[in-house]
Amino acid sequence: MAIKQITVFVENKQGALVSITDILAQSNVNIRALSIAETNDFGILRLIVNDEATAEKKLSENGYLIKITEVVGVKIGDAPGKLTAALGVLDKAGINMEYLYAFMARTEKHAYVVLRVEDNEIAEAALENAGFHLITDADVNKL
Amino acid sequence: MEQKYFQKDIETMPVEELKKLQSEKLVKQVKHVYENVEYYRNLMDEKGVKPEDIKGIEDLHKLPFLTKADLRDAYPYGLLAKPLEECVRIQSTSGTTGRRVVAFYTQHDVDLWEECCARAIVAVGGTNKDVCQIAYGYGLFTGGPGLNGGSHRVGCLTLPMSSGNTERQIQFMTDLNATILCCTPSYAAYIGETLKEKGYKPEDIPLKAGIFGAEPWTEEMRRGIEQTLGIKAYDIYGLTETSGPGVSFECCEQTGMHINEDHFLAEIIDPDTGEVLPEGEKGELVFTSLDKEAFPLLRYRTRDICVLSRKKCSCGRTLIKMSKPMGRTDDMLIIRGVNVFPSQIETVLLNEGYQPNYQIIVDRVNNNDTFDINVEMNPEQFTDKVSEILSMEKSLADAMKTMLGINPKIHLVAPKSIVRSEGKAVRVIDKRKLV
Repeated sequence: MAIKQITVFVENKQGALVSITDILAQSNVNIRALSIAETNDFGILRLIVNDEATAEKKLSENGYLIKITEVVGVKIGDAPGKLTAALGVLDKAGINMEYLYAFMARTEKHAYVVLRVEDNEIAEAALENAGFHLITDADVNKL
Repeated sequence: MEQKYFQKDIETMPVEELKKLQSEKLVKQVKHVYENVEYYRNLMDEKGVKPEDIKGIEDLHKLPFLTKADLRDAYPYGLLAKPLEECVRIQSTSGTTGRRVVAFYTQHDVDLWEECCARAIVAVGGTNKDVCQIAYGYGLFTGGPGLNGGSHRVGCLTLPMSSGNTERQIQFMTDLNATILCCTPSYAAYIGETLKEKGYKPEDIPLKAGIFGAEPWTEEMRRGIEQTLGIKAYDIYGLTETSGPGVSFECCEQTGMHINEDHFLAEIIDPDTGEVLPEGEKGELVFTSLDKEAFPLLRYRTRDICVLSRKKCSCGRTLIKMSKPMGRTDDMLIIRGVNVFPSQIETVLLNEGYQPNYQIIVDRVNNNDTFDINVEMNPEQFTDKVSEILSMEKSLADAMKTMLGINPKIHLVAPKSIVRSEGKAVRVIDKRKLV
């Protein structure tokens, strides 16, 4: 059920980020969502894209250090309180979260949240039981 | 037939005979230098030493030392002992320390240098059936030309690759079944990493031996290279000032490098007092060229710290052995008052599961030394969690602190992001301006 996230190591140098997005653009890869965690020395860029196989191939070919991680994608309503409801479910189930980021779809009246947790299956089960709709890589490609 | 020595009579000569040979050569060489090199003649005169005072190797200590500073002062022709008409070649150091050395060679000098390299190749099992891939830089750098000549002398099929273009190195290595690889240890490790990334297992790689030198490396690094490439890795030592690689070389025992003593007379001195130390004691290595015509340095201080040993070697060679240099009198860093050798940092990295690809950056901010080490991360260590990378940096810094006594700031960087020039990585950047 989980979706694939591409993580890229970004050196703390001018132009480092634009060279990555440029490679993706030239490979016709569309970014659906992204988040960056940064320290003084480096950044970690996490991406959800429409074609992770091409993105992985092109970035590796260009010498980038990358890692594919499975993360949970969940669809939530685009209204106040919806995120809280989803997070409440995880909290109640005792699931620790490493990080999360959200994105909106162009066409639908929905927001999506990407969750990085220790155990995807437990988190997915908890969210589904609470009536949330999880998204897959196929869904991401259609967004 | 398996060839064990390139020049058996010399390499296994009884020690007394060898010393007699050295004495004869030294007497002649001192005379040659005194007559032809004004710079050294002045040094001898200042010390009150005449050529006739040198009757054998027991008188060597009477001669003045030469240092890198002398080479700089005498640049370019001041130490030349032959007319330029008789010289056929120059080689030069990279000048990374800011002092470029230019060494001159007559055809005789080139021949003896190549002979030394041939001895090294035969010592690792090389014969005319071998394919010898030379991935040292060619050109002014002595690595490529020296091993190239040695490989010819042994009769190996020589692949004059020069350094860099790793894709092409791998293509020739696998297509032409290279059996011996000659390059810097850091480039050997890099080729190994690249082969591994491409899915090659050690048994798929045709190489059987490697001759690696021109920069310091540790036993841990040797084991790493041996495992990835599925080979025996041998050390070779030399410096442009004396000829180039092949001043000394390792045999099958892998317990130190046999010095080609018929050409290079070695001493160990106390770097502070200049006093000659007895065999087995650790100090600065000093070389006297016994045969070189064009650029014959007498008592040249290498700044390499090592130990000499004449313990009987199972390979049958009687040539004295030098340890791997344990550091240099000059690249030792003093950071916050603590002596730090880059080799210690390398040991910690290997112990902690990192490749020895690093760069030390020292600076002084508000009168305090800053000590940063950039370390290339292994691809398999990379994670999407910042906290994990920070904790890897922390635990590596702790391991460094245990070894060095001071705490560096560790920065993990992407693999292959530390610049390698001529296959030789720049290990230390000292930005301190201490006047």
